[in-house]
Amino acid sequence: MFNVAEEIGEKVKSVVPMELQIRGAHLYDKTRRFVTRTDGQKIFVERPIPPVDEVELADIDLSNPFLYRQGRWQSYFERVRNEAPVHYQANSPFGPFWSITRHADIIAVDKNHEAFSAEPFIIIGEPPRFMDIAMFIAMDPPRHDRQRAAVQGVVAPKNLREMEGLIRSRVKEVLDELPVDQPFNWVDRVSIELTARMLATLLDFPYEQRHKLVEWSDLATSMEQANGGPSDNDEVFRGMVDMARGLSALWHDKKTRLAAGEEPGFDLITMLQSNEDTKDLIDRPMEFLGNLTLLIVGGNDTTRNSMSGGVLALNQFPDQFEKLKANPDLIPNMVSEIIRWQTPLAYMRRIAKKDTVLNGQFIRKGDKLVMWYASGNRDERVFERPDELVIDRKNARNHIAFGFGVHRCMGNRLAEMQLRILWEELLTRFEKIEVVDEPEYVQSNFVRGISKLTVRLTPKTQA
Amino acid sequence: MAAVTFVSHDGEKHEAPLEEGLTLMQVAVDNGVPGIDGDCGGEAACGTCHVVVDAQWADTVGGSGPVEEEMLSMNPERQPTSRLSCQMNVSDGWDGLTVHLPEFQM
Repeated sequence: MFNVAEEIGEKVKSVVPMELQIRGAHLYDKTRRFVTRTDGQKIFVERPIPPVDEVELADIDLSNPFLYRQGRWQSYFERVRNEAPVHYQANSPFGPFWSITRHADIIAVDKNHEAFSAEPFIIIGEPPRFMDIAMFIAMDPPRHDRQRAAVQGVVAPKNLREMEGLIRSRVKEVLDELPVDQPFNWVDRVSIELTARMLATLLDFPYEQRHKLVEWSDLATSMEQANGGPSDNDEVFRGMVDMARGLSALWHDKKTRLAAGEEPGFDLITMLQSNEDTKDLIDRPMEFLGNLTLLIVGGNDTTRNSMSGGVLALNQFPDQFEKLKANPDLIPNMVSEIIRWQTPLAYMRRIAKKDTVLNGQFIRKGDKLVMWYASGNRDERVFERPDELVIDRKNARNHIAFGFGVHRCMGNRLAEMQLRILWEELLTRFEKIEVVDEPEYVQSNFVRGISKLTVRLTPKTQA
Repeated sequence: MAAVTFVSHDGEKHEAPLEEGLTLMQVAVDNGVPGIDGDCGGEAACGTCHVVVDAQWADTVGGSGPVEEEMLSMNPERQPTSRLSCQMNVSDGWDGLTVHLPEFQM
């Protein structure tokens, strides 16, 4: 028998400060908007972006959150990559910043955490004040190393092997329910559905509430001050309160079940609770929220948009789909190539910790640098015909979408496995996967997202 | 010619000629040894060329350097004689070297 009052007391102790903190930040933000008379105003209003050759090199602002949506990003990055590979923009809405656009320069910055700090944020802007939740992707060693080590095990090979069968059965469920011979939104029915199921499993989150994870993740990545996203701050704060409650409840529920003698699982919460450095994470509310947000976001937008991007790319390069059907053994290499082509997260940012020279440019201590993975993955010095999807590309694996160095994506193998299984199962079911309408894209300079992809499936004729 | 043997997770052996001036990762990739990815191209920045050096060879080939160690330490499967093969410059004296490959590269 457990003591109900004590139980509730425990919960209140750690939930209230977290909620209070978020509510406080919300109040501050509301006041700020009132005082500055900016309430209800959007920082970013979409306007047509001119062709790149009509813009002065120095005026090019790669932080424009509509570059991807308007299909201009390719030409803009190509020009910067070739004319000013380390490019300075002095007057962006996010302040001055350097763009690092070549593959080799990005690797040099990414692996050098002594000179380039990931703190305090890895997005170009900042979240609203007092919402500066702490996550290990935005920490330098040694703090980063301890926190990452606590959760790395969830995607260790042993766990991946156990997950493979589960992932395959979920992929089958989702694909078997899809309508055939009639248009539907691939993003909702496949990409979001599959990633939500995976996330719920990784966190051991109540399965029927899995769409909350997607909702929270989307809110966390769409803040306008952070990366030019479309979200309303009031909505973000309400979502964060909801998330703080939901995740704390999950944490306490796990702890209670474990204390009652339940076998420990292989989920993230159990791992955090059984590690010396993170077992009290709940007492550090902003770190608790931050690291769980990181793990949710990390497994959400990325895989989702690679699932959508692959379908889009194979429609733009139909000969590659024929090549794939003729040789399904190409799937693993194609998965790397799709990740290269889509690059679901456009960049990571760093701050120079000392004066340094990078590809001929003098970078001052304190300067902000943005490593544009999306550009490095189209670098003509590394990839031939970089804008094309070539599923048997020899060096597809040299893509930079997972980042390099100590912050390299920890879920990379899980992501590749999910994509591989998805394509294996798609090929056995469908003859054609046709995109039948113009795709719609997300407003952001960080997430390269596809929000709507209308697809019609033609089933394979039974042999 | 000097040769190295890569032993896969399920015990399969791949022998490759050792060529001075290359790294062990390049030797593996050039000879199509499965299980060595080398995603970052030899920068000790991805950890996907992880090998476990056979214990009797550990002193001869030496231990990991500081940058290499940062990547290795994040790997839950790392062993005492783990190395990133891109940081191992091949020596003629390594004839007969045996290294073991992990089940997956991280």
